[in-house]
Amino acid sequence: MNAVTLQNISKTYDKGKVLAVDDISFEVKEGELFGLIGPDGAGKTSIFRILTTLLLADKGEASVAGFDVIKDYQSIRNNVGYMPGKFSLYQDLTVVENLSFFATVFGTTIEANYELIKDIYDQIKPFSNRRAGKLSGGMKQKLALCCALIHKPLVLLLDEPTTGVDVVSRKEFWEMLKTLKKKGITILVSTPYMDEANLCERIALLQKGKIMSVDTPENIIKAFPYMLYGAKSDHIYKLLNDLRTAKQVESCYAFGEFLHVTLKEKQDDGKEILRVIAEQNGHSNIWIEEIKPGIEDSFILLSAEQD
Amino acid sequence: MTFFTSWPVERADQQINMKQLLAFTKKEFYQVIRDKRTLLIMFGLPIVQIILFGFALTSEVKNVHLIISDNSKDVNTLQIINKIKASPYFSVDESVMGYADIEEAFKKGTVKSALIFPSDFGKDLVHSGKAQVQIIADGSDPNTAKTIVNYLTAIINDYQAQLSPAAGLTYKIIPETRMLYNEEGNGSLNFIPGVMALILMIVCTALTSVSVVKEKELGTMEILLVSPFKPFMVLISKAIPYLVLSIANFTVIILLSVYALDVEIKGSILLLFMESALFIITCLSLGLLISNVTASQQTALLISMMGLQIPTLIFTGFMFPLENMPWIFQAISKIIPAHWYYLIVKSVMLKGLGFEGVWKETLILIGMTTVLLSVALKNFKIRLS
Amino acid sequence: MDEEKVITCKALSKKFGDFYAVNEITFDVNKGEIFGFLGANGAGKTTAMRMLCGLSFPSSGEATVAGFDVYKQQESIKKNIGYMSQKFSLYENLNILENIEFFGGVYGVERKEIKERSALLIQSLGLEKEAKKMVGELPLGWKQKLAFSVAIFHRPKIVFLDEPTGGVDPVTRRQFWDMIYEAAATGITIFVTTHYMDEAEYCNRISIMVDGKVEALDSPANLKSQFSVHSMDDVFYQLARGASRSAD
Repeated sequence: MNAVTLQNISKTYDKGKVLAVDDISFEVKEGELFGLIGPDGAGKTSIFRILTTLLLADKGEASVAGFDVIKDYQSIRNNVGYMPGKFSLYQDLTVVENLSFFATVFGTTIEANYELIKDIYDQIKPFSNRRAGKLSGGMKQKLALCCALIHKPLVLLLDEPTTGVDVVSRKEFWEMLKTLKKKGITILVSTPYMDEANLCERIALLQKGKIMSVDTPENIIKAFPYMLYGAKSDHIYKLLNDLRTAKQVESCYAFGEFLHVTLKEKQDDGKEILRVIAEQNGHSNIWIEEIKPGIEDSFILLSAEQD
Repeated sequence: MTFFTSWPVERADQQINMKQLLAFTKKEFYQVIRDKRTLLIMFGLPIVQIILFGFALTSEVKNVHLIISDNSKDVNTLQIINKIKASPYFSVDESVMGYADIEEAFKKGTVKSALIFPSDFGKDLVHSGKAQVQIIADGSDPNTAKTIVNYLTAIINDYQAQLSPAAGLTYKIIPETRMLYNEEGNGSLNFIPGVMALILMIVCTALTSVSVVKEKELGTMEILLVSPFKPFMVLISKAIPYLVLSIANFTVIILLSVYALDVEIKGSILLLFMESALFIITCLSLGLLISNVTASQQTALLISMMGLQIPTLIFTGFMFPLENMPWIFQAISKIIPAHWYYLIVKSVMLKGLGFEGVWKETLILIGMTTVLLSVALKNFKIRLS
Repeated sequence: MDEEKVITCKALSKKFGDFYAVNEITFDVNKGEIFGFLGANGAGKTTAMRMLCGLSFPSSGEATVAGFDVYKQQESIKKNIGYMSQKFSLYENLNILENIEFFGGVYGVERKEIKERSALLIQSLGLEKEAKKMVGELPLGWKQKLAFSVAIFHRPKIVFLDEPTGGVDPVTRRQFWDMIYEAAATGITIFVTTHYMDEAEYCNRISIMVDGKVEALDSPANLKSQFSVHSMDDVFYQLARGASRSAD
């Protein structure tokens, strides 16, 4: 059974002027850790709000935990845990006050479901009497997750939980999600960080309200049709321009410490071709290797195809 | 759904609702108590306002409805009456009311001032060169009352001066003034009901709307909506703490008035509290209504400050006499809840009237509250727009 | 690489009460360099950046920015730097041209020059059709690119970028870095903070702040070999994992 389904969901704003979600369909299986990957404005938040019954879609059908988002909206509200994009707790209440408030609002108590949040809550317990507003980004995030879990939801919906949070906290957060997944909770999480895609079981790549691909991260990378080369030299910006103007090169992007390059035609000696171009343009310390593409390479390629 | 089969899907029942309400109220109290700025606004404002409005406010009056009871009917009284009639300040109503009738008219509020000539006025003036005349004004509106008294005295003095050289004698007319309901002409008496209306308006309307909108801005409203908590319960539980705080605030104002400004509460304190509680609920409904249609704290504050504060100041009648305003303003004043509350407080607190004297105003307030509250609840969005 | 130093910091500190937000940081930034300024949330990055931008006074230590002293010549510093952040970049209710004119004017660029250069800029960004559009109507990616162009419009010596690419789509992010490379090639020094670790790899050198101190400072490649790891992610994780504080 699917924990979340969307069928041909569309959503517009400003009386139809802005198309935020464009005919989207996908399913999240029960117990799955599913990622919505896309930049700001891709439609991630709109999808979450439709699933949490906060917004009505213009078209299409959707269900969460078997409940229809329109007919059974009250049941959905009882059975999902939701973390909105912004840190949404009461800054002037303490950690414990926030938690017990949300527990009561969801008709339960901290004690009743302590088992589920214990691992996470233990990490912020030393600060349980601190006001939420005085917590660090990482700790706020943990508290928000505890609050979203306190009523033992069937499905956890997390809208950009790691945005603006540093690498250490992000790593810890993903560890927590893995643990929750083991406990059988279905998790739908969104992120603008492409590198986090690999931490999900399946992902949907989202751009401008459209789904470009739904699959496992491995399959999406496998589907990358080109041989990808990494290139660098002492003058990386010059190299970027030189490679871009070379007629054999299909695309060239700066990508972290080196450039990611694809060629127009599949060549066995692609490395050599690129080296020659670089040498002809007077580069020194040239390094060129075949590299494995990442989700981001696929994303860029797919969004180029979309346009 | 193998994992959670033991978990009942619908779990919001009556008992949980009560618990949620309590938890929410508790949370709201924590937040208010920890927010020093709100507390300062709430309890600092009455003090500041009372000091501010303690300064007498001067205001011009025109076409005041003046009852003249001429018990002498001689040449002198006729001349004085004609002089008054000629002035633009008064519209004269000559009657044969006795003192008791006049007081009744004052109580009803149909009359603001009266001039009474004793039966031997002319005789006294001619024979002893000295006569008395009585001016009565509604002291619960001291600014207007004082102005009326001053104008009347000036007219009488003028007549007196006219009379004297012609006869070669000195005549003396002694006006005896009485302020009904506010014998000492205590100015604070009048603005206290006004300040009460104003402060309850600020605290209830502005703070309630801001506190709801704050949840929207913070994003917590999103979580609350995606919870089994019934949306309108959010509103109700928002209103409760502010109701309690406002009643506390109201008590502070009353204590301040009685002990700092020596105001005597003539009517029933219980009635005053009940009427105020009603007005507080009116304001809360208004606040909730504002919070429904605004998305930012600034807008909510601006609407409640500019959109409600200023009309309250202008149209309640405690700063500017309503009878001088064009009819359109007078009509507007009728739809301002604070106007009715002001009338009620004035009647109960200053005139000592019982419920039978304010039932009409009370009914109007109840009507307004019902409308506002039902519109607020109906418009409360169970989704984000 | 040109060894002229545009930022020098010696034992620069900022204290709030007993709390050292920035604790004796020392580093130099070379002209035309892309310098990544990384750190966990609350490590003191923002405080340090504020001092360097002439927005707040250090408690102790020395620093110069574009040759000007951070204590005495804050106004001169402000004239010679550009600043762009994710949170505030441009006025949404002014159109593109008006924004350029405004910011150009603020930095004292001549009217005639503003006209010439803004025409060039709009052309190079391919925004000719949108020039009269309100900035609020532009997609986020364009806004950020435009904001960067405006930040370097007055040809500052250094441009400070505070998480410039947050939430931007990967394609635009690439284009954004193209622009940064281009600016660096013309001699503008880039001082950038980011949460994207792969972006750290674009930088010539990076520093990593932990608990108010600079704990690492080198090129990405050297740092990776120093910590014997394969990605900047791991370098950062190893350094910041032990952070005792992480308040924002």
